[in-house]
Amino acid sequence: MKITPDIINNHGIKPHEYKKIISLIGKEPNLLELGIFSAMWNEHCSYKSSKKYLKTLPTKNKKVIQGPGENAGVVDIEDDDALVFKIESHNHPSYIEPYQGAATGVGGILRDVFTMGARPIATLNSIHFGNHNHPKTKNLLNGVVSGIGGYGNCIGIPTVGGEVKFDNSYNENILVNAMAVGLVKKNKIFYSKAKKVNQPVIYVGSKTGRDGIHGASMASAEFDENADEKKPTVQVGDPFTEKLLLEACLELMKDDSIISIQDMGAAGLTSSSVEMASKGNLGIEIDLDKVPCREEKMTPYEMMLSESQERMLLILNSGKEENAKKIFNKWGLDFSIIGKTTSSKNLVLNFNRKEVANLPLSSLSSDAPVYDRKWKKNLISKKKNLPKDFKSLKISESLKKILISPNNSEKSWVWEQYDHTVMGDTVQKPGGDSSVIRIHEKNKGVAMTVDSSSHYCLADPITGGKQVVCEAWRNLISVGSKPIAITNCLNFGSPEKDEIMGQFVETIDGISQACKYLDFPVVSGNVSFYNETQSKAISPTPTIGGVGLIKNLDYMTTINLKEIGSYILVVGKTLGHLYQSEFFREVLEIKDGPPPEINLFNEKNNGLLIQTLISKKLVNSVHDISSGGILVALSEMCISGKIGANIKVPRNNISLHEYLFGEDQSRYLIEINEENNVEVSKILEKNNIYYEIIGKTQKDSLYLNNEFNIKLNDLSELNSFWFRNYFKEN
Amino acid sequence: MKSSVIVFPGSNCDRDVAVALEKFQIKNQMVWHDESNLPKSDLVVLPGGFSYGDYLRTGCIASKSRIINDVLKHANRGGLVLGICNGFQILIETGLLPGVLLRNKKLRFLSKNVFLKVINVNSKFCLNYNKKNIIKLPIAHNEGNYFANNALLKKLEDRNLIAFKYCNEKGDINNTSNPNGSSNNIAGILNNGKNILGMMPHPERLIDPLLSGEDGSIMFESLLKSH
Repeated sequence: MKITPDIINNHGIKPHEYKKIISLIGKEPNLLELGIFSAMWNEHCSYKSSKKYLKTLPTKNKKVIQGPGENAGVVDIEDDDALVFKIESHNHPSYIEPYQGAATGVGGILRDVFTMGARPIATLNSIHFGNHNHPKTKNLLNGVVSGIGGYGNCIGIPTVGGEVKFDNSYNENILVNAMAVGLVKKNKIFYSKAKKVNQPVIYVGSKTGRDGIHGASMASAEFDENADEKKPTVQVGDPFTEKLLLEACLELMKDDSIISIQDMGAAGLTSSSVEMASKGNLGIEIDLDKVPCREEKMTPYEMMLSESQERMLLILNSGKEENAKKIFNKWGLDFSIIGKTTSSKNLVLNFNRKEVANLPLSSLSSDAPVYDRKWKKNLISKKKNLPKDFKSLKISESLKKILISPNNSEKSWVWEQYDHTVMGDTVQKPGGDSSVIRIHEKNKGVAMTVDSSSHYCLADPITGGKQVVCEAWRNLISVGSKPIAITNCLNFGSPEKDEIMGQFVETIDGISQACKYLDFPVVSGNVSFYNETQSKAISPTPTIGGVGLIKNLDYMTTINLKEIGSYILVVGKTLGHLYQSEFFREVLEIKDGPPPEINLFNEKNNGLLIQTLISKKLVNSVHDISSGGILVALSEMCISGKIGANIKVPRNNISLHEYLFGEDQSRYLIEINEENNVEVSKILEKNNIYYEIIGKTQKDSLYLNNEFNIKLNDLSELNSFWFRNYFKEN
Repeated sequence: MKSSVIVFPGSNCDRDVAVALEKFQIKNQMVWHDESNLPKSDLVVLPGGFSYGDYLRTGCIASKSRIINDVLKHANRGGLVLGICNGFQILIETGLLPGVLLRNKKLRFLSKNVFLKVINVNSKFCLNYNKKNIIKLPIAHNEGNYFANNALLKKLEDRNLIAFKYCNEKGDINNTSNPNGSSNNIAGILNNGKNILGMMPHPERLIDPLLSGEDGSIMFESLLKSH
């Protein structure tokens, strides 16, 4: 078959890239070889536009065991335990087919974690949809939520947290980012680097079918009006098989049979074999006749590019095959020796006793294109004059509007569809600042959170990038944990446009600054570009997944108010920044202006101070103040604790609206017992931390003199109304 | 007391229930579904999960597993059998318990804490609930909507074979306290001999104050006491 410019174009390869292929391999590729290049050189697998900037992120500190470059990141959580975690996007497939797209997103990230020898202990997710009135939103939301639940519930790993957001910018490009966290003993971590020649290469798991062919390439291009036609590129998940694969892999990992292991994710057999061999600086030879196929007459091209799920590639120490086979057979899974490692440094594929492809591995990995794309600085949205009349708006009406809006509504409609208590260690459920999972049979726990702030990032990517890292840090602090590290999922439009590339470059700069300052390194993640339809891009949406350690669960804190008659304090300075706030967006429909500034010095000091108070058991409850400001944060504390509050705004020179709805950063609300007041004040003052007492807890209602007295039941009813109403449920 | 937890491909609460049994000093063994002999046991537990991926019908394929022959013999001899969630679905498919479990009324998976009223406090599983008969346990299922015809419901009520009913915090049993649409708010039932209990809620998930309660512990304490 002659390779024509059309065929090259259909593989997402640019003419100059095709020239580079010829010069690297010294011949015209055949169709199979071209397919392999297309799978390895696309944006999703090669990171060709992002590599230059990803390198600038801090990736190390004394807790980091493995940073980016492996299937997932690994951090030390003491007592020989380590956490393995990563977040990944499955945006494009989820828009085309929400249930399977989301389900296989969860399946894929779980494999990344158990490939490293860890038993997954939790998953989280961040999902973004278009405007709730957009005709597709309801179906997409329903499909994605049932897909995430369908996979996680069946495999039996608790889905413990996440976020659900709505914004016009996602009307034609939803985001589905899934994070998985696993636990492993420090000396039992498995890696993907091949070692030694002539070792058997083993295929295990499901059979290969024709689903998901070119999935990674599809995810590396924007959608046009015929997005629906891409359905066959979406993979189909089977959580039951994944559960068997998980148990079989962990069983085999008990001894030293495995040299290296890699899941077949994006670009399936191609990327797994290429990555393992090239990391080990070896060659690999595969006999495609041995690949277990689900369908008849599959061609080498289809086998190499299929993204069928629930498959793994192993390199075993030779001689261990029989025992390994027994384990996989017991779990009813395919086990096939499909090839061996070689010293050639080439990928060689044979089919029907003929060599059908032979490519130097370097041409697929280290010599793949890397771009230094043009980018343009973002103009930061300027402050305009505030509308004159906003101060006449009733505070209570504004609060109600925010609490009933889809973005600020309570999300139990979503997380009650996820089994969040299986495995019996969920000590803090969804709905708080972070979720907390106990380390099995120990009294320590891991806090985890997923956060994004696309409005802030669109208005100012540098500040937005910093803010989202700080938000994750604050959420981890609020439950009593010590933040350790993050994983990031960077969702953007097309990097071929200067302004989108500019958003990316500046967001990374912001993330990097905050991570460095807070000693909060990035250990894993992925980049999802081309979230565009007909040239309209999503808002820049970096999603940060953070983990923290609670050494002693007796010191875990939660957001719910605990006692009547205790003091409520705001820790951190309130300046009343309203641009990009929920008050401006939901109540006044003002969408421009800059986001609140981030002062990293205050961020760190305030956070460490909260840690100190928690370690001295001086606080009853803690909640970070984020979107919606003080009043929304306090309402959430009241609703979850079923305790009211009587508040008084301290004297200052800003309006009531600015004080109560302003979204200044680095602030926390804390509840303290009356008898601890003196000691807490002393500590705060000694450390030069700004704080204000804003009231006391009381029974039954949220009260502000001359403004409102809202019954707790009404508050809670308002907050949970939107989802029930949207799906017509009561 | 000795117990066996049967592990099917796709079981995912097997470890959780084993942890609970061991916490209460019940000597437990895990038994693979493909075994033909059940070890000597006072109690057999069919755990929650998605045996065989829920393919065909929940619990259906598992009910034909090799080990089930011995489980039937054990049950028919009067041995204790506890089926939780998917285990309850399997018990129904084996015919050890009557009725069917349909999809939840709202057609979606439901994972939350619910209140239950312990209706029969005389069975070996529930003796200790005589002191506290309104309890809180988590449910996590898609097919937990118990359905029985009127004749069967009457029999279950008359013979006191209903173990648990969904209720609210105060113990009221009504439509609003019914999470999944079950007939008569039924959450768990016993067989005629009262040695087999099938229930949708998960007692093994609430055996620790850190996990917001210990109402599940009472069931394991009852089993120990009855032994």
